[in-house]
Amino acid sequence: MHSDNHYYDKEITRQVISVVVLNENNALSRIVGLFSARGYNIDSLTVAPVEGSDYSRMTIVTTGDKRVISQIVKQLNKLIPILKVNEHKDVIEKDTVLMKFSIDNNLADIDVIAKTYHGSIQDVTDDAIIVSATDSAARIANFISVMQKYKPLEIVRSGIVAIER
Amino acid sequence: MKMTGAKMVTESLHEEGVDVVFGYPGGAIMNVYDEIYKQDNFQHILTRHEQAAIHAAEGYAKSTGKVGVAIVTSGPGFTNAVTGLADAYMDSIPLVVISGQVPTTIIGTDGFQEIDAIGISRPCTKHNYLINHIDDIARVMKEAFHIASTGRPGPVHVDIPKDITAQMGIFDYSKPVDLPTYKPTVNYNKRQLKKAMEAITKAKKPLLYVGGGAVLANCSEEIREFSKLTNIPAVETLMARGVMGHDNKMFFGMLGMHGEYAANMAAHETDLLISLGARFDDRVTGRLDQFAKKAKVIHIDIDPASIDKLVDTNFPIVGDLKVTLKGMLEAASELKFNDYSNWNDLLLEYREKQPLRFIDSSETIKPQWPIVRIGELLGDKAIVSTDVGQHQMWAAQFYPFSRPRQFVTSGGLGTMGFGLPAAMGVARGNPDKISINITGDGSILMNIQELMTCVESKLPVINVILNNNYLGMVRQWQTMFYGNRLSETVLDAQPNFQMLVEAFGGVGYKVKTKEEFDAALKDAVKQKKVAMIEVIVDRNEDVLPMVPNGHALNEMTLIGDTDA
Repeated sequence: MHSDNHYYDKEITRQVISVVVLNENNALSRIVGLFSARGYNIDSLTVAPVEGSDYSRMTIVTTGDKRVISQIVKQLNKLIPILKVNEHKDVIEKDTVLMKFSIDNNLADIDVIAKTYHGSIQDVTDDAIIVSATDSAARIANFISVMQKYKPLEIVRSGIVAIER
Repeated sequence: MKMTGAKMVTESLHEEGVDVVFGYPGGAIMNVYDEIYKQDNFQHILTRHEQAAIHAAEGYAKSTGKVGVAIVTSGPGFTNAVTGLADAYMDSIPLVVISGQVPTTIIGTDGFQEIDAIGISRPCTKHNYLINHIDDIARVMKEAFHIASTGRPGPVHVDIPKDITAQMGIFDYSKPVDLPTYKPTVNYNKRQLKKAMEAITKAKKPLLYVGGGAVLANCSEEIREFSKLTNIPAVETLMARGVMGHDNKMFFGMLGMHGEYAANMAAHETDLLISLGARFDDRVTGRLDQFAKKAKVIHIDIDPASIDKLVDTNFPIVGDLKVTLKGMLEAASELKFNDYSNWNDLLLEYREKQPLRFIDSSETIKPQWPIVRIGELLGDKAIVSTDVGQHQMWAAQFYPFSRPRQFVTSGGLGTMGFGLPAAMGVARGNPDKISINITGDGSILMNIQELMTCVESKLPVINVILNNNYLGMVRQWQTMFYGNRLSETVLDAQPNFQMLVEAFGGVGYKVKTKEEFDAALKDAVKQKKVAMIEVIVDRNEDVLPMVPNGHALNEMTLIGDTDA
């Protein structure tokens, strides 16, 4: 170990990784198991089939220093059913949130704020309205925080999907 | 050809050229056992515990280089096998382990002897399968052997529900393996190797750090040749013992926690560490940030994840070690290397100053002595397996290994109970050699039931128990680091080992003197039966040198340091 080798620093970074994996019963447990066994973080994970193939695509958001991120990518690559692991550098990310509010709120205000975050009212019942918004993860977090004053009854987030620019 | 799923399993094994399977039957695997009964393409050896079946397959695989095969039933049959799977996973041993599973119609209902086998084996196998359809059997079996034996080898587990083995289907084993998601890198990057070779020519104190990958890649000859050609000295890890050969003047011993002084000092002093299939295990490196501190690192490994995992590498090379070494030899013939004779002389000086040694006694048998003596009497003719503990380290230190695959030990997982069943696999795979299991009075009792397998299947394993009435390695740590409070390590209650082995139908010896030992060993070799030589050894001997946990490799406790 060369003492003046500073290739790795300990700075913790956020990393978006996408994984193309063969559709099989255990694919998800293999990937999640790898993260838990080796003590890596999963901040977000989304899965959906890749159109017209036997593969699914997973988007994983994780945090760690460079050594950890590099190990995550290598260890994922080692899993037999994984075709490809992309360590994204420049991506468009989208996160979706669904929020339920009591009908007694000022609906016009909610609608206006939602629109600012590319969102809208999706459903209305006698008791509640449901709002959805899709935007970057940071803006969605902001949206959720802004909407707290309307006392949301329920909040559901999709997790992040990402595509390299 | 139309046949049952069970027959497809045995036919697959036949197609793979398997000549022996270790296993234990049970409800969910009975269809397969019925087919085993009907065929004579391969032998089945009935162990007396599923864990032992896996260790036996490991011993067979490690000593022969072939894929080891074991078959167990569902539920407890499988869970008993898990320690073996984990052991093989840690030491990268190619195995295919087949387990029965409850019928697909019962899976998920907590059926009798049902357990989520692939859920359990996932973190301790290279890959695993649950076969849901009879048409998948041939493909999965073929893939299992392929995955187990290629790239960085490892165990592959195949779980087959009972209704699948009962169904009829068409068996076709001719289709080649098609795994677009699994392509191990065999060929090294030529530009990267060129850079590494340049670094070698510039180094003043280069060192070959040889790991278990060198055994797995069968490249002992290439490493010896490279070392000879370039005059670069070499050290071995526990898993690589035998690669360089004990009488090779370029070889400076095993490094690590119980490594030889010269080997550890070599790692401390080197300015270019050339890692050949080693993985910088904590038992090798000691305190990591001090390990090979003065050195740049060339790391050659077939597993990209081993590179940069623990230490920063200056020249990472991913590829098959044998292929890469051939490239290095080719390149070396056209390069001019520095004169490393001063460096070699320094290591010789270290070796002369602190040779690997023990203080022999004329009154008692020191535990190292029988190992040296077996080496003198049997040498190349023996393949040595061990259990885990002090005896294991002494065997690694003092046996004169002359070739790879001569030492079979549980390195990564450190599994007590490994030795006897592993030595059975060695005996089965190497009938022209003498299978010795060096063990302790603690470890031997962890798979003692396998004496029955040895007797039944005529596996003449010679067990040499270095009996110090302690769990010796833990006792050593308690003495050194826990104020000598010997918590649960004093084994005063012991069986009569001689009577025990005789009760199974083997031969037993209890020896207290060197003369008795010689006579017992010679007789045991002659008997060609499972044997147990209980050697009463000096109780309080420590394994030295020792690098205490958290210390750098040059901070060794040496002989004489602890007697004061």
